[in-house]
Amino acid sequence: MTSLDHAAAHSQARKGRLLATPAGLYIVLFFIVPLLIILAYSFATRTATGRTELSGWNLESYDKLFTGLVMRTVWRSFWMAAVTTVMCLIVAYPFAYYLATRAAKVRNVLLVLVMIPFWTNGLIRIFAIRFMLGSDGPISQASESLGFGEFRILFTPTAVVLGMLYSFLTFMILPLYVAIERMDWKLVEAARDLYADGFTAFRKVTLPLTKSGIIAGSILVFVPSFGSYVVPEILGGAKTLLLGSYIARQFGQARNFPFGAALSVVLIVAMLIAVVINQRTEASEL
Amino acid sequence: MKYRFVAGLSAMVIVAAACGGGDSESSGGAAECEVGETDGDLAFYNWTDYMAPELLEQFEEEYGVKVEYTQYDSNEQMLAQVDAGGAIYDLVVPSDYMLDTMIQEELVMPLNFDAIPNAKNIASEWQSPPFDPENKYHVAYQWGTTGIGISIDALEAMGNPEPTWGFIFDPELSSQIPGGVSMLDDSNEAFAAALKYLGYSIDEVMTSGNEEAIREAGELLKQTTPNLVKFDSVTFGDDLVNGEVGAAHGWSGGFALSFLEADAYDRDVYVIPKEGGVRWVDTMAIPANAAHPCTAHTMINFLTDAENGGALTNYIYYASPNEAATPFILPEILEDPGIYPPPEVMAQLEFVPQAGELQLLMQDLFSEAKG
Repeated sequence: MTSLDHAAAHSQARKGRLLATPAGLYIVLFFIVPLLIILAYSFATRTATGRTELSGWNLESYDKLFTGLVMRTVWRSFWMAAVTTVMCLIVAYPFAYYLATRAAKVRNVLLVLVMIPFWTNGLIRIFAIRFMLGSDGPISQASESLGFGEFRILFTPTAVVLGMLYSFLTFMILPLYVAIERMDWKLVEAARDLYADGFTAFRKVTLPLTKSGIIAGSILVFVPSFGSYVVPEILGGAKTLLLGSYIARQFGQARNFPFGAALSVVLIVAMLIAVVINQRTEASEL
Repeated sequence: MKYRFVAGLSAMVIVAAACGGGDSESSGGAAECEVGETDGDLAFYNWTDYMAPELLEQFEEEYGVKVEYTQYDSNEQMLAQVDAGGAIYDLVVPSDYMLDTMIQEELVMPLNFDAIPNAKNIASEWQSPPFDPENKYHVAYQWGTTGIGISIDALEAMGNPEPTWGFIFDPELSSQIPGGVSMLDDSNEAFAAALKYLGYSIDEVMTSGNEEAIREAGELLKQTTPNLVKFDSVTFGDDLVNGEVGAAHGWSGGFALSFLEADAYDRDVYVIPKEGGVRWVDTMAIPANAAHPCTAHTMINFLTDAENGGALTNYIYYASPNEAATPFILPEILEDPGIYPPPEVMAQLEFVPQAGELQLLMQDLFSEAKG
């Protein structure tokens, strides 16, 4: 490399760093620093009145993680997030497929339609769903007029899953749409030319080629579902305590900041491990 | 290099956090304020649905300051906010036992009663209560009772029994209530109800530190959770009148307001169980680190005015400790036994005292019961 090339590369790198500075500062200030504060709090002491003292560092809060209550809450959160993810996938895949195979004009209109709900505050949309699922709501009324009697979904796990499905569906549709849209359709044609039926072609060609979209969408849906707070608070009942609400309660009613912080730390670490494992396996497959 | 940076940063954070936690201002003397003096906009932190909006507007107009009004739905939530010092509030409304805690932790300042001449309007029975015996830190705001709101259909389904905490805790009764039962999301209230059902005196259990009784009540709550529809301290009244639940554990005024708004007096009723219930009083207090204590004193004086006190009760439907306000309160409120219970019922009601060492145990057992 000539010295001129070298200098050019150097200045390019410097420009890159300069451009990344605002984002970097933002991440340090509003992401890394808060995380470190959470980490520090998780080792702090809770006094006899519930105040948190940042001294006498200990592992007591981590000890409390392995109780039946925490395990049950984690398990419940896990399977509800898993059900939500699978349901999102089932609903989103055909739609994304349809979307990706339309003419550009139709596709743009449909994409706007997917985005429109985001123009309304999420909380208000969840309250609208609360009304829909209530014993006075349209679903219950329809069931009543058909002679099945009052039908309340509100305050059940089903209501929470439906609410999360609704809230996070877009996060599944968009990555799937991108993956399907940029797929090489000639490969599907080739499969059909080789006498694969529609289903086989889908299973052997389309599905593997859109796997990246499925995984990205699943992570985008699973992660917020697992720590979801607003939806279970509003649509859930006495039997749907989820991890997000449980953590929030430690910082409010229960006044146990160290324990809430320890729960958050473990949640973050678990998610990180899952994402890293996923990236590793993906990289090794390529 | 990179690691050293992160380590340095985390040390910095820990130091910063330690400093932040350490300098909760110790309460000094009462603030030097004149009657009607303001020293800036007021950050007012109050319970949900607990204020007549026109009173705030009137205050803003009269004194030329803004009121930043925010709301909470449990004493503990308010305490966590005030204690963490993340947001500075000038005026808060803790309940009886919570004021006790805040005085002990030096989180509230002594009031300057020279700046609150209207404090004399408070009826003598609300002066010098056990949680603030010298009456130094608070002015009573509103009082009420905790009981059960229930649909008349549900009462009929059970054969119109005498009201009992068994509507919540006895599975044979609660299973007969169409729509199910909800309970306050509040550890003190939940334990008070459970203790009453088990036949304990709340005051005796708390002041004698009877841990066994608390554990027994915790076990009862745990067994009851599967039979409940939900825990809720905000929409309990609306959920009852909308038929989402058949019975709800809740506060007198919350039900009265929902019944009124939905015109549901012929469908739902508020009852105080035969085992006795809970009475409470919420208080106005100024956090020790308040930025505008004079405006806060002026607001306390404003709300304790006879006419304004009446307007407050007429809007939120809780009982007023303000004796001078009585002539301004609607007769339908004064005559409502759900809001102003008759003397024989009043005699059965108990305050929930500050539970000291038991407080944390109750919070932890309540968390566990709800899991």
